[in-house]
Amino acid sequence: MSASIHDTARAGHGGGEDHAHHPSGIMRWVMTTNHKDIGTMYLCFSFAMFLVGGLMAFIIRTELFQPGLQFVAPDFFNQMTTLHGLIMVFGAIMPAFVGFANWQIPMMIGAPDMAFPRMNNWSFWLLPPAALLLVISLFVPGGGPAAGWTMYVPLATQMGPGMDFSIFAVHILGMSSIMGSINIITTILNLRAPGMTMMKLPMFCWTWLITAYLLLAVMPVLAGAVTMILTDRHFGTSFFNAAGGGDPVLYQHIFWFFGHPEVYIIAIPAFGVISQVIPAFSRKPLFGYTAMVYATASIAILSFIVWAHHMYTAGMPVTGQVYFMYATMLIAVPTGVKVFNWVATMWKGSLTFETPMLFAVGFLFMFTMGGFSGLVLSMAAVDVQVHDTYYVVAHFHYVMVAGALFSAFAGVYFWLPKWTGRMYDETLGKWHFWLSMVFFNMTFFVQHFLGLAGMPRRVPDYALQFADFNMISSIGSMGFGVSQVLLPYIVYKAVRHGAKAPQRPWDGADTLEWTHLPAPAPYHSFETPPVVK
Amino acid sequence: MTRSQPWYFLPGPAPWPVIGSTALFLMAGGAAMWFNGVSSGPWTVLAGVLIMVYMMVRWFGQVIDESEGGLYSRRVDLSFRWGMSWFIFSEVMFFAAFFGALFYARVLAVPDLGDLEQKLLWPDFSASWPTAGPIAADPFTPMAAWGIPALNTLLLLSSGVTLTIAHWGLLQDRRGALNLWLLLTILLGATFLGFQMYEYGHAYSELNLKLSSGIYGSTFFMLTGFHGFHVTVGCIMLTTIWIRCLSGHFKPDHHFAFEGVAWYWHFVDVVWLLLFIFVYWI
Ligand code: HEM
Ligand SMILES: [Cu+2]
Repeated sequence: MSASIHDTARAGHGGGEDHAHHPSGIMRWVMTTNHKDIGTMYLCFSFAMFLVGGLMAFIIRTELFQPGLQFVAPDFFNQMTTLHGLIMVFGAIMPAFVGFANWQIPMMIGAPDMAFPRMNNWSFWLLPPAALLLVISLFVPGGGPAAGWTMYVPLATQMGPGMDFSIFAVHILGMSSIMGSINIITTILNLRAPGMTMMKLPMFCWTWLITAYLLLAVMPVLAGAVTMILTDRHFGTSFFNAAGGGDPVLYQHIFWFFGHPEVYIIAIPAFGVISQVIPAFSRKPLFGYTAMVYATASIAILSFIVWAHHMYTAGMPVTGQVYFMYATMLIAVPTGVKVFNWVATMWKGSLTFETPMLFAVGFLFMFTMGGFSGLVLSMAAVDVQVHDTYYVVAHFHYVMVAGALFSAFAGVYFWLPKWTGRMYDETLGKWHFWLSMVFFNMTFFVQHFLGLAGMPRRVPDYALQFADFNMISSIGSMGFGVSQVLLPYIVYKAVRHGAKAPQRPWDGADTLEWTHLPAPAPYHSFETPPVVK
Repeated sequence: MTRSQPWYFLPGPAPWPVIGSTALFLMAGGAAMWFNGVSSGPWTVLAGVLIMVYMMVRWFGQVIDESEGGLYSRRVDLSFRWGMSWFIFSEVMFFAAFFGALFYARVLAVPDLGDLEQKLLWPDFSASWPTAGPIAADPFTPMAAWGIPALNTLLLLSSGVTLTIAHWGLLQDRRGALNLWLLLTILLGATFLGFQMYEYGHAYSELNLKLSSGIYGSTFFMLTGFHGFHVTVGCIMLTTIWIRCLSGHFKPDHHFAFEGVAWYWHFVDVVWLLLFIFVYWI
């Protein structure tokens, strides 16, 4: 294996061996230690999983198109909701943002690559085997896991072998996240260019630094939780079995100790992308940068002490409910700071609305909606009524689809010129946004009403009075799914036939990758560290 | 140091990660098959483990060569330090999940099972720790703290001291002392493991204390078992750096691997102290 040394004193790098000894074809991607290659693989993998998870959603919404059982058996329906959740969370959204981290962090802090390039490769190459295990679970006797993405016991302790495959998949996904986080933390703390002080760090890097800490703190806890399920299933332990002195509610506590920070693991890097996009198209620096940093950190810290708002109906003492209710509501304060600052950044800016900005503004509206429905849910007295109904489904799709996913779309359009050196088709991009926006709301807005009217989630059949809204929702979801075909087409078209992109296509974009690097960015971002003033 | 101090180290393409992923895939899939009675399961796991061992030997071997070849600057060294620290932090959180389960069971779950509401269901259950739960299988005797466990505490604590003495030896370039005290550390660790194995045998054969002995057995064996696994890994790591010391690796100002292993060993030590207090003693 070749290795090269980068020296401040010497421009260029050790003999260019990296280029010379590059394996070609598939082996280039299998063995690569380059942050851009790895970032690309993360993004492509994420999109592939987005399609797989989307296919499952399609099955779910087809079954729910009308009341009654038409297409799939209830057990298979449950497997679909479970795997849809697991694949979208762990396979689509999380890897998408790790992909952005890989591409952007070294460029934004003035480094040539990540701190541990080989481990970086491993973080990515752990994902395909994990995804494969999840898919295999569908084909073993008894079928895939059907206990919901939260894998609650006693369902999870009673299910067939598919559950074991999923448990091991979760272990491997956890390893990937932990290695990725260590890499990101070390890169940001140790590889910044001279002059790039912490408080000059682009907001996207800050959000990832904080997210990486969340991941390090909670992924091992999830691994512990599923390990306990595994031993309860096969080795006679009684962690979650009351007959042996354990407690099924214990599982919920451990899971949500992971699970609530997890939703911020998804949301915080999305905040980071938005915090780069909005200033660029407002042609103004981010309003209240320092406040944004502290708000993000507060959200992360608070996210550790609110987990039981998912468990109001699990039989908690009222004092517990009141505590978790107020603690949860507290998160709305730093979140409000962030939304305020994004809006204030746009205030009196010279705004233009290219596709990235459209998705960012769409994010702003939709994520705020999701935050509000979250606040509604955080009230224990209300949540008792709507827990496990479609209201919750509407809530988390507002924050995760129109929030995190829209932010990922914004990021792709925003950075594509830098990554490929080509411009995408603006008209098609706008179509992608508007179709996504309209169909998203058609799918999920009506689910608020379904939930408030009492339709439970995770059911393949429902009472007649819910029929109309469900049909609207199903039609919307088909439209949303079909609209997404635009994205790979737009990217393909840009790469193949796009106009050559200038170094800095967006006037207000002022981070290092725009100011210092040509488009497309060179293979090793910064051979020598730039000096940041 | 006369060596130039480059900023970055960029390794070339590497085959190890994907080999490691293949190994993990075999281990995970094989274990899932094994636990469900598929006869090829254990062999699949074995294949995975062998590939994994091969991969680790080669990957770490390459890192050692690079380190000894002078490719790692101070900045790279610092990266390794950050990396190892946060890895240990994630390990702490893994143990936290199991300690959390223990505390939850002792403070909430078991008392709840013995309260008035449950009396109808389990009239004879008295909620005291240790317990195997209201439908206890067979009676068992809990593990006493002041026999082997106390001795094991002593062993691990002394191993922390001997390791520190070895580190002093390295810092002052007294290689003889380094090699000797490091060996002593490994032996202390191995003795600990031997005692623990004996203790497990004792639990199963004489105390009727098993993994399936309700919540007490679950928390006891899972916590001490994962800890024992970490001691085993720690011993392997110590042995590796001991062999490296014997072959003249490490310099007083350049020995991250030694320190990383030492941090890990101290972490394992601290976890044991918590285990001794909360699992064995009170
Ligand atoms: C102000 C911010 C937020 C508040 C107050 C909030 C509150 C809540 C509450 C109380 C629930 C439990 C509802 C129930 O099960 O009855 C919930 C569920 C959920 N939230 Fe949020 N949330 C917020 C933001 C977010 C964000 C940013 C995300 C992800 C990006 C998110 C994702 C989820 C998910 C996935 C669930 C459902 C989990 C499940 O049961 O499967 N939330 N939220
Ligand atoms: Cu939550």
